[in-house]
Amino acid sequence: MAQELTVAMPKGRIFQDAAKLLRQAGIQLPADFENSRKLIISAENCSMKFILAKPVDVPTYVEYGGADIGIAGKDVLMEAESDVYEVLDLGISACHLAVAGLPDAAKRSSAYKVATKYPKTAARYFREQGEQVEVITLNGSIELAPLIGLADCIVDIVSTGRTLKENGLVEKEKISDITSRLIVNPVSYRLKKADIDQLIGKLTEVVKENLNGMDQKSGVEVLK
Amino acid sequence: MFEKPLGMRDTLPALYRCKQRIKNILNDEIGKWGYDFMATPALEYEETIGKVSAIVDHHLFRLLDKEGRTVVLRPDMTAPIARVAASSLKEQPLPLRLAYTAALFRTQQFEGGRPAEFEQTGVELIGDATAHADAEVIALMVSLLKMSGLKNVKVVIGHTGFVNAFLADIADSADDESALRWFLYKKNDVGFREHVYSLNMTDENKQRLFMFIDSRREHNENTLAKIKTLLPSSHGRVIYQYLSQLYLLLENHGVSGCIDLDLTLVSHLDYYTGVVFQGYGGSKGFAISSGGRYDELLAKFNRPLPATGFGLRLDRLIEALGNCQGNDSINKTVVIYSEANQEKAFKYAEELRKQGQSVVLQAQAGLEDAEAFVKHFSSAVDFSL
Repeated sequence: MAQELTVAMPKGRIFQDAAKLLRQAGIQLPADFENSRKLIISAENCSMKFILAKPVDVPTYVEYGGADIGIAGKDVLMEAESDVYEVLDLGISACHLAVAGLPDAAKRSSAYKVATKYPKTAARYFREQGEQVEVITLNGSIELAPLIGLADCIVDIVSTGRTLKENGLVEKEKISDITSRLIVNPVSYRLKKADIDQLIGKLTEVVKENLNGMDQKSGVEVLK
Repeated sequence: MFEKPLGMRDTLPALYRCKQRIKNILNDEIGKWGYDFMATPALEYEETIGKVSAIVDHHLFRLLDKEGRTVVLRPDMTAPIARVAASSLKEQPLPLRLAYTAALFRTQQFEGGRPAEFEQTGVELIGDATAHADAEVIALMVSLLKMSGLKNVKVVIGHTGFVNAFLADIADSADDESALRWFLYKKNDVGFREHVYSLNMTDENKQRLFMFIDSRREHNENTLAKIKTLLPSSHGRVIYQYLSQLYLLLENHGVSGCIDLDLTLVSHLDYYTGVVFQGYGGSKGFAISSGGRYDELLAKFNRPLPATGFGLRLDRLIEALGNCQGNDSINKTVVIYSEANQEKAFKYAEELRKQGQSVVLQAQAGLEDAEAFVKHFSSAVDFSL
């Protein structure tokens, strides 16, 4: 590859799956890639540089050109509405966005309150249902909100459902399926087209292989 | 600090010099291609310009004039120039080659302040429907980007007419068509593919749509060839011939090396009818320039004429050029004088100015800290003794 590509990687939940996918695509990541505490990691033999960012910040790094490419969950992309190319569904880290609450919660009233990390997405969802709700933005432990009466329900991502169950909450409505996506800065896409297209091509192949090898019953854990 | 309205920015001297230098380069080059510069007012009636301009409604700055009529700060220059071409310049022989450098105004909803006022340089070629006109404005745009010192110049070319005809040929309903176009506009390939899967249509048509969205990754020759496969109708053949001719013209203009044909390109301005293009360069940032053919706009001013052109955003060009402000420091001499020597000092300064130098005349009596003041000059002459 001629020009160096900067890739924004989300720390946390998606990171392991994403690193595995990149390795499958033949990108030689450093051995300590998953365990390093560095924020910038170079993979010189494939002229790529990885920046390790908070997942919600990945679209921002990519939109403003801090990174050419990024890997981000669809949940984050729906919320950020960044001007980036969403080129490929990587099929990893599958989960879904859902409305959840206490099992015996009252019917929706006019003062219905929704706690979430995704205020725009939640507001859009309820608006599309023709309902007016008050959206309360929290940054973590969303499950707390209905337990202490801060909100009537929550909008959050659900992967196994264990957190909900342990806190006595139940899923009420599914909003949408979530997987991780490959996103590309519109300018980088034009200026480093050959390199980026090559990477998209490789990843497309890997995603296809993973889909084919996937157990039909448990469509979720694609790579495990 | 004293706050400014959202999205409004000051241009400090260093940036101003940089901008001025770039503007001179661009305007000289546009002049050499024979385009005439002109200006229009910043305020226009909403019903004439606001309605035909392609900038979405909520981006318009609206005000009321003294009679209570709604006026807008011009959000683009294409519509005002079309208004002039259809009225004051009606008697001029066609085609018209017009150019402008002007501040445009678009409100910003996002905080963090992307500019709501920005300068744009552009050209409009009115009255020539051929690919030659499109090739000329694209070649001029490439020339401007290169002359500004920008590295890595790339121009992406698409065709609104093709996208419209192709989607209309495949989709069953206008709703499906606009949904697919929305995903293109949002740059959401994943959403586009998912939507295609969900549509009720033949597998053959689905394959055509996938081939279309994947065509972005093809080389120009292959992309051109794909047009005939994707849209085998006579309309498709016309567009194929047009784009082939345009590509050949661009080769002969010597700019095909930085051209990337992308059939999936959709512009945010909806008055485009044919070819659309965007200019990129530098290493990061945003699209610097954009343009295209708009054959239906002039008709809204009762003078149906084909037209093509582009606008180039100076703020984005300067950002893409990197820190150009350092290169634009100027050589200035300061002459510090005392009351007794003032006549001598004035004569000396006049002499230097005649030679073309910038000279600051500063009375010693007006200085508090002479040492600090003098540091900003390339040379200092002391007439205070």
